[in-house]
Amino acid sequence: MQLNANIPDGPLAEKWDNHRFASKLVNPANRRKYKIIVVGTGLAGASASATLAEQGYNVSTFCIQDSPRRAHSIAAQGGINAAKNYQNDGDSIMRLFYDTIKGGDFRSREANVYRLAQVSNNIIDQCVAQGVPFAREYGGTLANRSFGGAQVSRTFYARGQTGQQLLLGAYSALSRQIKTGKVTMHTRQEMMELVLVDGKARGIITRNIITGELEKHAADAVILATGGYGNAYYLSTNAMASNVTAAWRAHKKGAGFANPCFVQIHPTCIPVHGDYQSKLTLMSESLRNDGRVWVPKKPGDTRKPVSIPEEDRDYYLENKYPSFGNLVPRDVASRNAKEQCDAGKGVGNTHLAVYLDFSEAIRRDGQETILKKYGNLFQMYEKITDSNPLHEPMMIYPAVHYTMGGLWVDYNLMTNIDGLFAIGECNFSDHGANRLGASALMQGLADGYFIVGTSVANYLGSSDHTQVTTEDSEFKTAEEDVKNRLAKLLQASTARDEDKVTVDEIHKELGLLLWDNCGMARNREGLEKALQELPAIQDKFWNNVYIPGTGEELNQSLERAGRLADFLEFAEIMIRDALEREESCGCHLREESQTEENEAKRDDENFSFVSVWEHKGSGETPTLHKEALHFENVTPSQRSYK
Amino acid sequence: MSTSHNNIDLSLEIWRQKNSRTLGDFETYQLQSISTDMSFLEMLDVLNEKLTREGKEPVAFDHDCREGICGTCGAVVNGIAHGPEPETTLCQLHMRHFDSGDTIVIEPFRSRAFPVQKDLIVDRGALDRVIQAGGYVSVNTGGTPDGNAIPIPSPTAELAMDAASCIGCGACVASCPNGSAMLFTGAKISQFSLLPQGQPERKERALAMVKAMDKEGFGNCTNERECEAVCPKGISIRNIARMNREFVKASFF
Repeated sequence: MQLNANIPDGPLAEKWDNHRFASKLVNPANRRKYKIIVVGTGLAGASASATLAEQGYNVSTFCIQDSPRRAHSIAAQGGINAAKNYQNDGDSIMRLFYDTIKGGDFRSREANVYRLAQVSNNIIDQCVAQGVPFAREYGGTLANRSFGGAQVSRTFYARGQTGQQLLLGAYSALSRQIKTGKVTMHTRQEMMELVLVDGKARGIITRNIITGELEKHAADAVILATGGYGNAYYLSTNAMASNVTAAWRAHKKGAGFANPCFVQIHPTCIPVHGDYQSKLTLMSESLRNDGRVWVPKKPGDTRKPVSIPEEDRDYYLENKYPSFGNLVPRDVASRNAKEQCDAGKGVGNTHLAVYLDFSEAIRRDGQETILKKYGNLFQMYEKITDSNPLHEPMMIYPAVHYTMGGLWVDYNLMTNIDGLFAIGECNFSDHGANRLGASALMQGLADGYFIVGTSVANYLGSSDHTQVTTEDSEFKTAEEDVKNRLAKLLQASTARDEDKVTVDEIHKELGLLLWDNCGMARNREGLEKALQELPAIQDKFWNNVYIPGTGEELNQSLERAGRLADFLEFAEIMIRDALEREESCGCHLREESQTEENEAKRDDENFSFVSVWEHKGSGETPTLHKEALHFENVTPSQRSYK
Repeated sequence: MSTSHNNIDLSLEIWRQKNSRTLGDFETYQLQSISTDMSFLEMLDVLNEKLTREGKEPVAFDHDCREGICGTCGAVVNGIAHGPEPETTLCQLHMRHFDSGDTIVIEPFRSRAFPVQKDLIVDRGALDRVIQAGGYVSVNTGGTPDGNAIPIPSPTAELAMDAASCIGCGACVASCPNGSAMLFTGAKISQFSLLPQGQPERKERALAMVKAMDKEGFGNCTNERECEAVCPKGISIRNIARMNREFVKASFF
């Protein structure tokens, strides 16, 4: 596997300019001769589709939902960062770059992250011009807030629905291009396979979710914008249909998968309340500004929270981290909640929750002030749990939220397969081992609006292109493979009736295995155990799972089964990656790698690299490659919150 | 997590329809011991797991984010789109709002412009085509002025945001006796007519979107206000009034 990051020469601040100047172009009159496939219509996919169509390419865009407006980018609440320095509080491109690379615990590329900070400003201008109704000051200028512990106010927002408004902006630009005919939109189409011709990405096979028909689509380049793989854990804050299938198909065709073990686990989510639960809901982490986190001192204390006197409560974050207290970063807060629950001090029916208590803040500031700040969150919490945080403490627990890992890409956002690009959450590029709040939206739109267009032109302008059609043998073979895979999924289970299982039962089993052994804190023993137990779950899936209906109709069980089959394979490289990375960094603690104070200890000497996995065929052990990270402009430092 | 863990027994009458070419009918299902902490869709998950284990075909229904923002889910529950709770999508409706012994009738969002595809799933592509007719500001990527070069008074931005909050679920259409999409279309036309960015194309947008709405088979507004009553995001029918003014102005002035 050849891994050349293709980082441009020159000083950090000039690399992007140098690169754009050095990149090949495609003459406007020639662009109409090319066709580009874009899979996914979240922030990255919708913005890329619209932008490429505006430039004159013919674009075919695919999404699994009934409308391109539904992608899970829509659920992002908080905001989007940009280095505008509108607040005159000392922000700059350099500072946004530094915060992002430090937030990622020095596991991302300097050049990529710097470019992200550079184009962040263009994103805001673009979205404003589209009519995105950002929050405004009374004088009419754009409002900003500080987010996720940043020391400057650089986050732009549209109430608590920033993701929705940015996505609708990109969707409107996409809709305009659908109207012009430059984008052909294929809704309810799932990408089942990537097609390579002469080693280059030249098309995809899709399944029409309504009719079950398979379709072949050929193009000159393929862009994947298919999101993250958080649903490997079954329970996450992701949408139900979020999946790894497109990325995994690309991986099995030769694309490297980078840092699969880097998963962000968000500390303030509504806890699991029953085994029928289908998803977890995020509560904004701003709640920790006023809420105090505690558990009973005595394990198994079943008294109601209000009946537990102060001396029997352990405000463990305040006690352990006196200077940061309840405001420690996401990973530290998550890990400590798990530790308390593991020690038997968890609260609620499931004992997998900790209290987030507003009673002191209410006594101090008054009910009105607290409601002004958090009223909508309290309402949302009450709607789901039927409990009012004004009267009893909230219960929270960490949940899988975002995946920093993804397909390996070079500076051009191209995978190691020629002509296959990956943008947004489905690539690994900008967030290192941990993503800062309000930077996922920034990255999705940076990739789609401002970066991938340059890359596509450079690729098309510098490579020889043979004409391909969907009648070529490569397309027929790929379609045949998909057919066989679907048939294998649908073949009647030979298991006895009592041994038959549903897709969701297996998915929950996989989720639990990953959550317990490859979650916030990992150790060699647990990871090796998980690796040993995984094949039994895979076997059970292929032998005992029961999928009703046929492949020639709308069949939601079959859709879920196909996605789970890929999660089951993908889980192996997640676990292996976690096993190989014997350091604690970013979002995860490797238990063997701790400081004397039991905090995460990063190991720059041995692990300052991107791990890139290569698929070696079914049943073969995947190979690990390493892309070394070089820091010329920043000095990696160890974090401390005591 | 409520301190009361009630379980309830339910009788469900659900619309089953194999595809858009066949006729459908109601089928009755019994569910026991449904936790009142479940969401409505989790209750349907439990039913589907049960049906699957019995070798029967599960009920097809649309859903995705399950946090009330993507607009994918929706069904008519006991005659009300998204069910009985105000400003709540179906995924955010919880079973504690039902009693043991209740019969719940669940139907797809029915409307001429929303053909049923299977069971509770309908095709809402018509709404996308209304947006494609003009629900955008025609700017290409790049070359836009600095974000602060277009000052917008905060109250105006908030009004535009009220309209822009629409999640495109189609409940308004499903609950309108005329199958009108005017709340949906009015919200988008309002957002842009309120903002300076929307001014250059203001007239063309109003005319084109109204025309597209008619072409898709959506009906007209007769001020029933059913749409506003079921809208999970509380979009006001003032947006319909604004759309009408925009349309009249664009037609005659």
